[in-house]
Amino acid sequence: MLFSRFFRNNTVASFLISAFLLVFTVAQASANKPVSTDSTAAITAEVGHEEEKFSPVEMIMHHISDAHDWHFFDLKGADGALHPVSIPLPVILLTEGKLDIFMSSGFHHGHSDVVKGEHTYRMEHGKIVEASGLSFTDFSITKNVASMFISVLLLIAMFGAAGSSYRKNGLGAPKGVARFLEPLVVYVRDEIAIPNIGEKKYARYMPYLLTSFFFIWINNLLGLFPGGANFTGNIAVTLTLAVFTMIITNVSGTKTYWRHIFKPHVPLWLYPIMIPVELVGVLSKPFALMIRLFANITAGHIIILSLVSLIFIFKNIALAPVSVGFVLFISCLELLVAALQAYVFTLLSALFIGLALEEPHPEQEAAH
Amino acid sequence: MTITGIAAIGAGLAVLGAGLGIGRIGGSAMEAIARQPEATGKIQTAMIIAAALIEGAALFAVVVSLLVA
Repeated sequence: MLFSRFFRNNTVASFLISAFLLVFTVAQASANKPVSTDSTAAITAEVGHEEEKFSPVEMIMHHISDAHDWHFFDLKGADGALHPVSIPLPVILLTEGKLDIFMSSGFHHGHSDVVKGEHTYRMEHGKIVEASGLSFTDFSITKNVASMFISVLLLIAMFGAAGSSYRKNGLGAPKGVARFLEPLVVYVRDEIAIPNIGEKKYARYMPYLLTSFFFIWINNLLGLFPGGANFTGNIAVTLTLAVFTMIITNVSGTKTYWRHIFKPHVPLWLYPIMIPVELVGVLSKPFALMIRLFANITAGHIIILSLVSLIFIFKNIALAPVSVGFVLFISCLELLVAALQAYVFTLLSALFIGLALEEPHPEQEAAH
Repeated sequence: MTITGIAAIGAGLAVLGAGLGIGRIGGSAMEAIARQPEATGKIQTAMIIAAALIEGAALFAVVVSLLVA
């Protein structure tokens, strides 16, 4: 009600939006200061203030990779050394049947070892190793896992509120967050689920399609925040999502679907080619889903980080308007990509499910 | 001609392919909209979907280059 007075004027609206986006990208630029490992920082403190060559690859890989703490930025302390500002996250390791749980702050950013009973853990280049070479299973709450928890809480809060508002107010015009979510849910149902899966069977698959759409979208968006985690750009995550699609597709496969894979409608001499091709197709379609989402999101983050690091490569603040301008443009593109990749993942999942649910055509019935 | 250099050239070729492909889609979308302006919404949606799929294919190649280099 109050905001409509502002937004009736288009110039005010566009100014506010561009100011917001500008603040965003400047915040990203200042958050992405060069990150040095603490060993080099210690050396710098000893030798005196030395000009350290900025490594964009190191900075970019640090931002894209998973970590055992949520690192935001480094502060230059009174002694000239860089002190990292980060939130430590729990480390949960299963070594030889024993569960060791501790906070990653125990590592002091790679400076100390953590001793738990007989096991001594060391942090080397962000990875945890056991001092005597024992192998362990890592169940830690890393940055990506913590980001997933945050996104899950957000989704539960949004959709829980929407659901309860329907329960309270009935199925009339929605109130509250349901007003925002209903067109999106209806879009997934009418444009993605029903055209691909069909009127009769789409309802069973709606929970999965809605989950994949909103989960991927919200995690893509959270990754675009300065200091956000690159969750959907982690190939293990996209692998899991693609495996879900693969399981759902093949478990829903009808007899016709499997018959077309193992007895395609081609002459008999083509079977040695067609059957391996069809079987590879069963695997390659989810594989493409996985790679598409991973590569799009990671590439987007790499581009943004590279453009920001232009300022640090040239060591010239005068480059900042150009760099921030580019980053602004690419960030807007990434907003589109965030929604688009969620849409494409969900659309292709629905398409594959629909293909698996195919019923025999009447003329094929006669042939069989 | 190090492996890193060849990987960079490969990534560039992949982007070239993506650019050509999406350019063609954009071109035919423009022509279709010019012929039938009332179908603009549907054409735009189909164009965006096709562009996303082509980007996926190009990014396969980018991922391979990243892995190599």
